[in-house]
Amino acid sequence: MFEVSLNKPPVSKRSSLAPSPTTPRSVKDLQLGESGTICCLKDPEMALKLLEMGCIPGTQVRLNSRAPLGCPITVVVGDMADYTLSLRVSEAATILLK
Amino acid sequence: MVGGQLLSGRAGVGVSAAQLESSALRHPGPLTRIALVGNPNSGKSSLFNQLTGLNQKVGNFPGVTVDRKTGISQLTPHHRAEIIDLPGTYSLYPKSLDEKVITDLFYDQSSPQYPDFVVVTADASNLRRNLLLFSQLADMGLPAVLALNMMDVAEQHGVKIDVSALQEELGVPIIPMNARKGVGITALKIVMAQTLDAPATRFYVPDEELLPMIRQIRYYFNLHNDYLALHYAHQYRHIGFLSSDDRAYIQELTEKYGFEPTARQAQETIDRYARINEILLNCVSVTRTEKNEPYSNRLDRVLTHKVWGYLIFLAVLFLLFQAVFELASYPMELIDSGVAWINGTIQEHFNGPLIDLLTEGILAGLGGVLIFIPQIALLFAFIAVLEETGYMARVTFMMDRIMRKFGLNGKSVVPLISGMACAVPAIMSARTIENRKDRLITIFVTPLMSCSARIPVYTVLIGLVVPDQTVLGIFNLRGVALMGLYLLGFVSAVGSAWAMKLLMRTKDRSYFIMEFPVYRWPRWKNVGITIVEKVKAFVFQAGKVIMAISVILWVLASYGPGSAMEQAETQARAEATAQSLPPAEVESRVASEKLESSYAGHFGHFIEPAIRPLGFDWKIGISLLTSFAAREVFVGTISTIYSVGQDATELTVQQKLAAEKDDSGQPFFTPARAFSLLVFYVFAMQCMSTLAATYRETKGWKWPLLQMFYMTGLAYVSSLLVYQLLK
Repeated sequence: MFEVSLNKPPVSKRSSLAPSPTTPRSVKDLQLGESGTICCLKDPEMALKLLEMGCIPGTQVRLNSRAPLGCPITVVVGDMADYTLSLRVSEAATILLK
Repeated sequence: MVGGQLLSGRAGVGVSAAQLESSALRHPGPLTRIALVGNPNSGKSSLFNQLTGLNQKVGNFPGVTVDRKTGISQLTPHHRAEIIDLPGTYSLYPKSLDEKVITDLFYDQSSPQYPDFVVVTADASNLRRNLLLFSQLADMGLPAVLALNMMDVAEQHGVKIDVSALQEELGVPIIPMNARKGVGITALKIVMAQTLDAPATRFYVPDEELLPMIRQIRYYFNLHNDYLALHYAHQYRHIGFLSSDDRAYIQELTEKYGFEPTARQAQETIDRYARINEILLNCVSVTRTEKNEPYSNRLDRVLTHKVWGYLIFLAVLFLLFQAVFELASYPMELIDSGVAWINGTIQEHFNGPLIDLLTEGILAGLGGVLIFIPQIALLFAFIAVLEETGYMARVTFMMDRIMRKFGLNGKSVVPLISGMACAVPAIMSARTIENRKDRLITIFVTPLMSCSARIPVYTVLIGLVVPDQTVLGIFNLRGVALMGLYLLGFVSAVGSAWAMKLLMRTKDRSYFIMEFPVYRWPRWKNVGITIVEKVKAFVFQAGKVIMAISVILWVLASYGPGSAMEQAETQARAEATAQSLPPAEVESRVASEKLESSYAGHFGHFIEPAIRPLGFDWKIGISLLTSFAAREVFVGTISTIYSVGQDATELTVQQKLAAEKDDSGQPFFTPARAFSLLVFYVFAMQCMSTLAATYRETKGWKWPLLQMFYMTGLAYVSSLLVYQLLK
């Protein structure tokens, strides 16, 4: 597992064998209209893309809508409702919330 | 051929380097090289249009600009600049092929293409994310101007930007503007005409530990700054101009210093955002307007609804087909009868082989080109509006889950839908799909979608065997048949994709994440420009091929080896006299016998054994072969072949086909034959330009060859089945 966050050291590597005690909530788990604050991004490759698109730890995200078949979803990024991203549920699951 | 020319209509908006150089010689004066970069949807393409006056498509869909486009801008009466329009990107770390174009340009300082400075477009309503790219470019040491676009949108969102404070912080000139309306262009041009220094402000300083590695790369390659050297360390595997020794050198260094590119890149982005947040805190204030829910959201609730969303999408597609088929038929009839009238008038008054060449070769071919303008115009109008409004992104959104099951990607919908216009630009638009496997599959199956070049064939043959009736009160039966053929193409594309998904193995991951644009009114000027461009490309480029082949075919059909033609004529006349046929029938018999003994006839007879099981004769054989240059040539070929076979030139192609009799005197084009031929045209790979595009996009002959054998094989087998079952 791989995490990036503002508060932690830049890179922390943990053995993927060690399961975390409680499964952290991710953007995937948000209810429609519910907001959360990004804590960290758990997939290194995906993280690069997400970071560039503005999904920085500490940023607020709100689940805006789901596609008719449940995936992809759209999320509004930024506390000022800056812009909307559309992403797959599997991608959203890599964005962990505080 | 055709697709390639249609493509160059799309990509050929810019000016080639050679043209630029020659025009630079004619007008001496400084020619500054300026690169235009920015995030997708930041109004970059609109700005490019405003600056250069060259028209280019401005789409709402992320990544609509794939090719690098250039144009000349007259900045001041004495100062001109070459503007390079680069694909939209979020950062200087390329994630897809089209983004790589940008780093290719900025990494090589010694390249003659290296820009003197960059104009960075930024969406003022979304400044934070837009400044990320700007900060990277500034750190590269490139002189830059920030075009602060969409000021009007920012104002609506309650975003207030202190431009002079921001200018102070960023250390570069900033021009507030609204490129869609042309506001701020003059100010931008004035700034662009100045000599700009590299910005002194740095937004990100690489970590101390990295410096030894960075410095070694920097001095080894003689680079002008650390940040560029850092990029070499990140990207060396993908930098085209580095030799294998250079790459080995960098690889050694990165291993020696334990350089972790992913972690470093992530940290860099986080650091940059932190710095940008600090800057924005001082320069931007947001008054949270007690706003109603955005209209885009309310629209989306209907347009991407479980039921309504798909119904509306289906309705949009249905409307498209009915328009292309029904609405277009009125101007088409006008063109058709106009050309027939001209031909008839000329033949009434003049005679001789040259007149035959003119009417039966050239004018018949020209008619075959002009007749399809209405359909092409309508189809591209639809596609342009879908892209302009942002609806295309919703289509992607709704279709992703479904497409993924078939090894495709939500983004594959755009190439597939564009493939209904022309496979060549469609295959190129597949570049926006980052995942290699998804992209290859999309490219492979896109030509199975029925392109506009097939419309002529479909139209003629459907008109021949499907009655012009109304079913269920509103639907035209021919329109329904046409839609059936399009669906057949779609189903085969999706089915083939599914098969490939199972056959191909890959480690690559499939990304979907993209910006979701808000709905916008289409800019009708852009839609108009798209239509004009496509029609022009078709008439002047695809048309040339059709005309040339029409004339060649007329020659092939009018002359034969040795005295075979004369002998055939004498023999036919003798037989006709013996049977005492009426004069009109004698002439028809003579013409038909002459055609059979011509070069074209020999050619067709040669391949007849192979296509007889499909229900085709040697005349169709000729058409199939000429279609490999471009599908729509079928109609021109057929019309040339049959107008040579009969005297009645003023009959339309359809009537000519309907009048064709088989050996026993029954109509030749039975439904079995027509449908077998239709199915053949749905599947067969009959377009050299598409193969060329696949070659270029996949960088090898493996995929185009596979594509050709797969599709043509599929066509042969399906036609065989259709004919043998319906016969």
